Amino acid sequence: MNTAIRAPALADRVKDAALAAFVAFALLAPILGMETVVGPDGRLTLAFHFDLVALGVAIVFIGRLLFGGLVAGRLAVRREGGPISRFLSRYSTVLGAAGLAFAVALPFLPFSSRYVIDVATTVVIYVMLGWGLNIVVGLAGLLDLGYVAFYAVGAYSYALFAQWFGLGFWTCLPIAGLLAAIAGILLGFPVLRLRGDYLAIVTLGFGEIIRLVLINWHEVTGGPNGIADIPRPSFFGFPFTRNPGEGEIAFHQLFGLEFSTMHRVIFLYYLALGLALITNLFVLRIRKLPIGRAWEALREDEIACKALGINPTNTKLTAFALGAMFGGFAGSFFATRQGFISPESFTFIESAIILAIVVLGGMGSQIGVVLAAAVIVLLPEIARELETYRMLFFGAAMVLIMIWRPRGLLAHREPTIRLARRGGAA
Amino acid sequence: MKTPILEVEHLSMRFGGLIAVDDLSFTAFKEDITAIIGPNGAGKTTVFNCLTGFYRPTTGQLTFYGHFGPVLLERLDGFRVPRHGLARTFQNIRLFGGMSVLENLIVAQHNALMRASGYTLLGLVGARGYRQAEAEAVERARFWLERMGLLERADWPAASLPYGEQRKLEIARALCTGPKLLCLDEPAAGLNPRETLELGELLVELRDRHGIAVLLIEHDMSLVMRIADHIVVLDYGRKIADGPRERVKRDPLVIKAYLGETEEEELPPEVAADLAAAGRGA
Repeated sequence: MNTAIRAPALADRVKDAALAAFVAFALLAPILGMETVVGPDGRLTLAFHFDLVALGVAIVFIGRLLFGGLVAGRLAVRREGGPISRFLSRYSTVLGAAGLAFAVALPFLPFSSRYVIDVATTVVIYVMLGWGLNIVVGLAGLLDLGYVAFYAVGAYSYALFAQWFGLGFWTCLPIAGLLAAIAGILLGFPVLRLRGDYLAIVTLGFGEIIRLVLINWHEVTGGPNGIADIPRPSFFGFPFTRNPGEGEIAFHQLFGLEFSTMHRVIFLYYLALGLALITNLFVLRIRKLPIGRAWEALREDEIACKALGINPTNTKLTAFALGAMFGGFAGSFFATRQGFISPESFTFIESAIILAIVVLGGMGSQIGVVLAAAVIVLLPEIARELETYRMLFFGAAMVLIMIWRPRGLLAHREPTIRLARRGGAA
Repeated sequence: MKTPILEVEHLSMRFGGLIAVDDLSFTAFKEDITAIIGPNGAGKTTVFNCLTGFYRPTTGQLTFYGHFGPVLLERLDGFRVPRHGLARTFQNIRLFGGMSVLENLIVAQHNALMRASGYTLLGLVGARGYRQAEAEAVERARFWLERMGLLERADWPAASLPYGEQRKLEIARALCTGPKLLCLDEPAAGLNPRETLELGELLVELRDRHGIAVLLIEHDMSLVMRIADHIVVLDYGRKIADGPRERVKRDPLVIKAYLGETEEEELPPEVAADLAAAGRGA
């Protein structure tokens, strides 16, 4: 089988390489081949760089000719999770504990700085979003391209309730979760009968609808200006300010510390970590409950589910609602962290990134999501020195990872219940 | 006197201009293995899909004597049918391939477990009632796994089983829903003779020891003629024979439907009648 895939006839490979070269030409001709330059008389003229295009096409042609078959062969072989992912899954408890210990200790490690903690907070938030979306995409198998809508609902819920009714973060958090869950059900109803690509298109539209509502509903959301001066979080009522108001005690006074802006940064980090942990515990737990198994069964075969008496409507709606709820929690946190939100923070690219985290992590894998979130947030950070080529590097890295692990970093799935262990105990 | 478990009365199913099932009536009894046979495209699977709520019949009444007394199947949504005690399998096996064998059987007990988990709320806090219900579900799964000889495979992904074992698992999964009537759509398809023999033994055992009635669509005549108590024969959506095995076996219409007809008889009836009138008929 492998030999057949690895060594296709030369003619086929040349044809394949020619096709790749053609695609490369179509892409490169406008991108590299044409440049607008200001002429001597101040007018814009087109300059052509055919040499660059030819070079690019030649590289693609030769590269495809040499490696094309190889990659296809590897793809065919690597369908199941390899030994690495099996190892990671087997020791997931140990790894999880080690990761958690590292995450808790991070702000006090020697290399930690404001920048490190900020980036870490972002990673943790994406981990949380990934775990939330994992319920919908990884477990229930419903491809959702509009997840950012629930993130936005959560963020605006907190911002608006805080602004209008003066509610605090901890009161707003459940409200934001609830409203996001309701939004999830609203999205869920019309898409109950859709699957795959069609579902993806509708969810994509839903994400855009929410964003456009936020932009156009001036009176409530402030339109494109967004909402500023969102109350910053306090340490259970003790604010992180240098000079607290009348009758208030600030965090640093409470603990008798020197005032430092780092306190709030670290507090926000722990807040995100706490929320993410709640999400994780919830998902781990619910995966072993009937509803969690029904989600996975629904992903595998909806018709068989019906034949076993599982109500697909309710099962899908709970998946949408619970996934959205965690998006809402994350949104509230985002609002309180930034202090300012606008529709610009909730564009499609955010949905795409969260989905990329879930897919890259390995659908349904908890630790995979952590690894993927770290990769996706950290790669562009690491590549900052590459300046213009930063996103190119990011894209290339993603392509390589998906060739190396087409089913995600951790594709191995552990059963939610085993007979063997119980048999031994009984 | 036998007790009926399923009464099909004047069932018709039309897809646009195509009449897949035409005015079909029959009764299946609790003590019987009932087989529906007929050539390909005779409408057998359509009957199953009407019974299990996947299709809404064009006309007809389907009375099922289930766990909560008689119920009209044609009025139920597909997912509500199983809780009355009617389980089915599929012609092309439909397992939850990525999930383990045991998980497949646990999912089959979803509704009972869902109630025990207090619709997830009690389950989240790890209530004892739920853990007990789950242990019972595992025991039931273990029972059927043992009966099917799949105990060793319990923690394997379902998709990794060989074909014959996947068939067995699908039947075990249907049995885990606690049915009164088990509907099997071509359970012997793709099985080797030995596996078919075992399947026959299993169905007889279900009837005799577990009191589960069986309704089966099957092409393997050796199996049907060995175990079926009652046979319904369909041809082009119409019932052409209905009765005990021995009688159906000798029915000339059935033999004709299965062995085919001479060329002359395959002509449309009108044409045949014309020809007969012209004096060419026998």
